Order: sequence, then structure tokens, then C-alpha cells
Amino acid sequence: MDGIPRLGHGFRFQWEPAQNCHVLLYPEGMIKLNQSAGEILVRCDGQRDVAAIIANLEAAFSTRDLRPDVETFIAMAVDKRWLRLESATA
Amino acid sequence: MNAPLTHPAPGIGPPMWLLAEVTYRCPLHCVFCYNPVDFARHEQELSTDDWLRVLREGRELGAVQCGFSGGEPLLRDDLEILIAEARQLGYYTNLITSGVGLTEARLDAFKAAGLDHIQLSFQDSTKEINDFLTHTRTFDLKQRVGDMLKARGWPMVMNVVIHRLNIEHIGRIIEMADELGAEYLELANAQYYSWALLNRDQLMPSREQLQCAEEITNEWKARLADRMRILFVVPDYHEGKPKKCMNGWGNVFLTVTPDGTALPCHTARMLPGLSFPNVKDHSLRHVWFESAGFNRYRGTGWMKEPCRSCDDKEKDYGGCRCQAYLLAGDPTAADPVCPKSPHHGQVVAALENAENPVRRMRPLVFREPRESRRLTEEIP
Repeated sequence: MDGIPRLGHGFRFQWEPAQNCHVLLYPEGMIKLNQSAGEILVRCDGQRDVAAIIANLEAAFSTRDLRPDVETFIAMAVDKRWLRLESATA
Repeated sequence: MNAPLTHPAPGIGPPMWLLAEVTYRCPLHCVFCYNPVDFARHEQELSTDDWLRVLREGRELGAVQCGFSGGEPLLRDDLEILIAEARQLGYYTNLITSGVGLTEARLDAFKAAGLDHIQLSFQDSTKEINDFLTHTRTFDLKQRVGDMLKARGWPMVMNVVIHRLNIEHIGRIIEMADELGAEYLELANAQYYSWALLNRDQLMPSREQLQCAEEITNEWKARLADRMRILFVVPDYHEGKPKKCMNGWGNVFLTVTPDGTALPCHTARMLPGLSFPNVKDHSLRHVWFESAGFNRYRGTGWMKEPCRSCDDKEKDYGGCRCQAYLLAGDPTAADPVCPKSPHHGQVVAALENAENPVRRMRPLVFREPRESRRLTEEIP
């Protein structure tokens, strides 16, 4: 999977103390994210590409082989328009 | 790491929504307005400082969505100050406006304040829709506002209330929304409270009109699937199914009215035997967790038959308390739109009345301060 994931139009990502989790806010709604989804989205900063996000996660959690999970999540998030995937050269 | 998943928001806990009804003042006179019929006796408005405190307290409680509505919220000169504070506190900020009086300068101020989302509503059922359909003033206004929104990166989100007087134009309404570049269109059938209840005979469509409108909407949905999302909200009278009103009493929504009265829904003030706290006297924490008004119809403990033993009681919470009061005269009764309600006959009668073309001719009652005062005098 190539490209730089950015937050979709109209979505806001933030930590919610009252929910004790990261959330995605959008017009008139909220999606509560589990820890893994939150850790991925917090790295979707519009700078890192997918490979860099995976590398950063693997380093942060001292683990390997996160690519399938991360790519599955990003594909789902793009499908739901939480994220846009922009080509690195754009 | 766990597999990345999401889970739905829980049913109980902090309020998710703070609805700030900042004013009852309005340049329009919609015959289906959900503001209370006696709004003219609640004209006193909270100060800017009061609202700023309410916003802070709501955010501390955990509310994430903040809606600014009214009346016409643009009539508050301090709206940009309130939006800026709400955004800075971390709310997702929503403005619900007719667009009447909206200028480029005002929109720039809202953008600078960080406003997240604007919903452009069609307020007036007769003149405004007529203007719209005939490409006159209202169409021009919505087009101008739509262009101004898009130029600033907001999507064009439209809401049109549907009723007997415009339902046969639904295809044209959708077409015009598309011409305006709307990305999201909500076609909300009128709900019969407050002013809409006064005008129910004139506003309720026949079953055939409704079916026809839904079919036309579905055709347009397919045609515009790549560029516009259309939501058709079916009226509960016709569905015969009680709605999970406000997603449960005191469960998701905390409404603060222009004078500071805090309500679990914008029409709850009509219910007898209940007093609701004012944010000038109490913190929102007290309002949400401790006040008698917010606890009165929470959960299912207050129910009586047929709700108490009903399998769906957690699903619909017995429907709407205001509708139960308005139609059955008892806010603890089952919502009469439910076929199990002993008062369901009233809903059936209203539906039958809508089928009958020879109806009592009565003028529409427009939402005006003068009418409000007149009607309030009739209420003991």
C-alpha cells in the first residue's frame, strides 16, 4: 500500500478523556476507536506514508509483522472516508 | 496490539450533544417550527458569559458535539465568540441556520473561529419553498450561501422539512438541491409538535403522497449516488412505530434554551408536573446527573403497561414523552403512534383525516411572536 494517509474532509481525530479513548468526530456523530486504531490514526499526520507509519508502530511496540493489520485498517478507513490516501508526489 | 477495531458509542454515560438554542428570535415564520408555542414568554436570553460557562461545563461533562440553533442563531451578535470558544474546548461545532442574513464577512469570522460544519435549513413551508421552486429570492439566497460555504471548504448540507404542502414537489426539490451543489440532503418529514401540531391537519400528507415521494426519492438516490447522499426521514405517524426519541431521555442530548432552561429535548418544557433547572442557578453536572427533570424518564423504570412488559422497551424507550402527553394526555403512557397504545386511535384518526380530501378549511398558524402571545393566553 502506497501513499500518505490524511484525515478525511470533515473528520476530526482527538483524545477524549471522558471516553478514555481516541475518537473520530464528524458532523453530528462520533466514532470511538480502540487502542490500535487510535495508535494508527495518531500517526496519520499527513507527513508519514504507510510504510513509515508501520515502521514507527513496530518500533514503538517492539514488534514486527504489523503490516497486514495496519493496511487492513487503513483500507477500511479509506473506504469509510475517515482517511484519504494521497500519493507521495502530489 | 489488538486487531484494529471500532466499537459503537455506549448508551449511557456523559451527554454526547450540547444543543445551544441561543435565541428564539427568527426572521422566518415556519408553520412547522418545533420551538414552543409560547416562545414569546421566554424571550429573555442568556448573556455571552453565561453561554461561555455553559460551553465549558458541557465539555467538562464529556459532550463532544455542540450544535448552535434557535430561532435563527445568526441573530446573536456574539455567535462567533461562542463558536470560537466551543471549538477551542474541543467540541465538533455545528451551526444550523436558514442562511438568512449570512454575509461573507460573518462566514469568514466563523471560519476563523474554527466552525466545523454548517447545515442550511429550509425553514418556511410555503413562501420559501415556493420561492425556491420558482427560482426566485430563496433559490438565489441558498445559491449564494452555498457558494460562500464551498469557497471556504465546508460541504453543502441541506435540510428540507417535507409536508403536505411541498411533498408533491419532492423531485424538483432534490433536483434543485443538486443544482446548488448539495453534497448531503436530508428530507425530514414534519414531526407534529408545537407549531406543526397546531397545523397538523394541513401538513400531514396522505399515505399515497408519502409512498410516491419515497419512490421518487429512491430514483434520485440512485441517479445522484456519486455526488449526493439523500436521507429520507419517514414520519412516525405513518410508520406505526414509536421512535427512540432523542436516543433516550437524558441519554445523549442536553439542550439549553435561550433563557437558560436545560432540557432533555427541545420540546420537553411542555410536559406537566416537571420542572427543569436553569443553567443560571445550577451547574450542567447537576443538571445532567442530579436534576429531577433529567432523571424523570431515564431508562425504563418509569414505564407502565403496555411498555413495561414490551420486548421493544429498550429499543424505543416507549417512544416520545411529549407525543404521549400531547395525544394521550399522559407523559407516562406509551407513545400513541404504537399500535399497542390504547390511544392509538387518535393517530389512526389523524391519518384517516389526511386521506380525506374534503377537510375542514382552516388557515395555517404562522410562528410569530403575535400568534405566540395569543395562543399563550389561551393556555391556562
